[in-house]
Amino acid sequence: MRKPYAITLDVGSSLANLTGSWRTQRPVYVDRLPPCNATCAAGEDIQQWLFHAEEGNYETAWRSLVRDNPLAAIMGRVCYHPCEGACNRGQLDESVGINAVERFLGDEANRYGWEFEPVTAESGKRVLVIGSGPAGLSAAYHLRRLGNAVVILEAETSSGGMMRYGIPQYRLPRITIDQDVQRILAMGVELRLDHRVDDIEQTMRDGNFDACFLGVGSQLGKRAYIPAGDARRITDAVTVLHRMAGDEKPMLGRRVVVYGGGNTAVDVARTARRLGAEDSIIVYRRTRDRMPAHRDEVREAIEEGVKLKWLSTIAAADDELITVEKMELDEKGFPQPTGELETMEADALVLALGQDVDLELLSKLPDLNIVHGAVAVDGAQMTSREGVFAGGDMIGGERTVTAAVGHGKKAARAIDAYLRGVAFKQKPKHQMATYDLLNTWYYADAPKTVRPKLDIIRRQSTFDEVIGSLDEATALYEARRCMSCGNCFECDTCYGVCPDNAVIKLGPGKRFEFNYDYCKGCGLCVAECPCGAIRMEREPN
Amino acid sequence: MRTSHVKFYQTGTFTVGNRLLSEDDRSVQSTLERTNSLNSGHRACQGCGEALGARYAIDAAMRATDNQLIAANATGCLEVFSTPYPETSWQIPWIHSLFGNTAAVATGVAAALRVKGRNDTRVVAQGGDGGTTDIGFGCLSGMFERNDDVLYICYDNEAYMNTGVQRSSATPPTARTATSPAKGPEPGNVFGQGKNVPMIAMAHEIPYVATASVADVRDLEAKVTRAMSIRGARYIHILVPCPLGWGSEPQHTVRLARLATESGLFPVFEAEHGEITDRRLIRRKVPVEEYLSLQKRFAHLFKPELKMDVIARLQAVADRNIRRFGLMNGGDD
Repeated sequence: MRKPYAITLDVGSSLANLTGSWRTQRPVYVDRLPPCNATCAAGEDIQQWLFHAEEGNYETAWRSLVRDNPLAAIMGRVCYHPCEGACNRGQLDESVGINAVERFLGDEANRYGWEFEPVTAESGKRVLVIGSGPAGLSAAYHLRRLGNAVVILEAETSSGGMMRYGIPQYRLPRITIDQDVQRILAMGVELRLDHRVDDIEQTMRDGNFDACFLGVGSQLGKRAYIPAGDARRITDAVTVLHRMAGDEKPMLGRRVVVYGGGNTAVDVARTARRLGAEDSIIVYRRTRDRMPAHRDEVREAIEEGVKLKWLSTIAAADDELITVEKMELDEKGFPQPTGELETMEADALVLALGQDVDLELLSKLPDLNIVHGAVAVDGAQMTSREGVFAGGDMIGGERTVTAAVGHGKKAARAIDAYLRGVAFKQKPKHQMATYDLLNTWYYADAPKTVRPKLDIIRRQSTFDEVIGSLDEATALYEARRCMSCGNCFECDTCYGVCPDNAVIKLGPGKRFEFNYDYCKGCGLCVAECPCGAIRMEREPN
Repeated sequence: MRTSHVKFYQTGTFTVGNRLLSEDDRSVQSTLERTNSLNSGHRACQGCGEALGARYAIDAAMRATDNQLIAANATGCLEVFSTPYPETSWQIPWIHSLFGNTAAVATGVAAALRVKGRNDTRVVAQGGDGGTTDIGFGCLSGMFERNDDVLYICYDNEAYMNTGVQRSSATPPTARTATSPAKGPEPGNVFGQGKNVPMIAMAHEIPYVATASVADVRDLEAKVTRAMSIRGARYIHILVPCPLGWGSEPQHTVRLARLATESGLFPVFEAEHGEITDRRLIRRKVPVEEYLSLQKRFAHLFKPELKMDVIARLQAVADRNIRRFGLMNGGDD
């Protein structure tokens, strides 16, 4: 090439200058564990399904959700959503309404009849599931997805376990249970109702089962010794709620006293109001803030006219009078009796003091390890009997629908590993995406959507569902409030703010890559990433 | 600003991109097709605000002109780090002028294009604050008063960084530079000096004047795009933090630009024919200390003892800007 006067070199590109050699630290893309996922007892990847919902791809979002939890519509109603309590957005304005979006997705699935993916490869193994509550259904679903033949044996005449026989209709309409269960059966899971199992090992031998999952729940209402003149007036919460499923509703009377402070106590008190009780009173030995019942449930109960009597125990129940002893909290927060007594009129006393596992069912497995009235399991959900796994209320712990679903999933994966003769390993958890890792400048202000509630009059007299659903627009809005903590949501900020064009955009859904030939390690991408999905690491030598 | 009407509750339009926006509404910097006018391998420091601002501005100008763009570049950091002989980082026709005459060179390029009948090819001139507000000021004023068809972009990092951080007429009061040391009764640059070139440009009543920063790429792109839709003399003044000269961490470049605008120290506005037409409202107001304390050039305000009286004077500068440009009047984000 002929060069102009005084020019001796050809024009070169700065691309020859690999500025990456300046670097002492390098940015690395990471996935961190969002607090919602970390707290979800069902092990849902909430951030991921919200990511799809944000785009309006509700079916993709639902399919992402049901990879972990097949009972979306149920979960969107009965889960006490600890995810929302942990949500980082709660520190910015208000937490994301995860539970409401989950319900929307579950209802969309039922409305449009979305089915689970067909099972692609059969394993040739047969697994017995005892109990069709949330633990059993979850285990059956995940086992079937992994190609196993599954038979569920259910003692009751309908499926659902405590979801049907424990949770009142105003929280969970029965059609929702039917729809979510039917979808699992459509995968080829066999459900046999009215089939009580007395001898687990015999049943396994008879049916050629290779493994068994127990999810029979805890159905015996705990009794407390209360001196009583007329025991007919005393009943327990499990019995009351179970009878609500039948044709003959329980007769509780005009004044109902419920003894206990958990969610079941609140369920019974609210049910009693709907059955016509003028007074429905919860007696609890500690204070409202120490009640194990969920705050929202207590608030809704009070709205419906349920009364609460704190710092009280029931000393005696005679005819139509109940004797209550006042308590006071000691410095450790434990209630101590004061000796002060008062009486109150009551037509019925319902004990809601917790539930025990019916160990009679397990009597033919005499060497089964039972600890504190619950079946003991190892890290793979296996009981002390090889090949017999357990989950749900019967193994103790949190005793919620959500926890049961999580047990079922974990057990299913462990059973599958057991049947294939490999060790059960859980994936290691990512580092937590804490609030301080976020750059919240980038999130626009957006208050939480409030779900509609049923009129108070209808809440006091009917069993119609109390909490309404979000419509499409509000569900989309709510999904978009997610900050995607710790997981790239392709906002292009790293791609934009790099002064050295050292971020390579790979296209929709494929995220980004660093070009370490030119990255000088300034850390702007790390500082500006809204969701904390980039980490700075020391340069390897 | 005019492009932020689409509201997404996840990120608003604050992030560079947004996968939920339609293709047409996305920023240039978020696209795979952006020209990367200033290519990788340039020798700017880690976290250079000027390299970032220049790519934002020129990529937007390239899109607005369908890639028919010529740039004249004053001497300064931008020129030095992008074109050590014989290599270049520029992926556009680019000419290096003297320190002080880039406005005149750009005017000449525009005149030549006019003579050749190439009206579709547009011209930008660019320089730092030294080349613009001090050395090239005469040529710049001439370009303005003749209303030459050039967009002049000033990348303002508030001192002569290329030659070792000497004070310029854009250096803010109290800032320490090599020529305004943090010594004596009034340490750092003194109050009451310097000039406001955006306001001087407005006094020429040219068709378009705007300020912007590297903290808001959508706003910056909108202004460049608007400028390229107009013929005649146009001026955009972009605040570009300089980790070296400001004594700040390289990862704080965008954050510092954000704090400068959110505190009110750097007002972001637009003007046409000498009248202010729009301003970027402060979203989360911060006291000036938040901005100052991240920079070593202001360290003498905090150590050995906190000089609240001096900080209060700087806060008064910010408050005056807020009042003068209406940076907090109503509206939400």
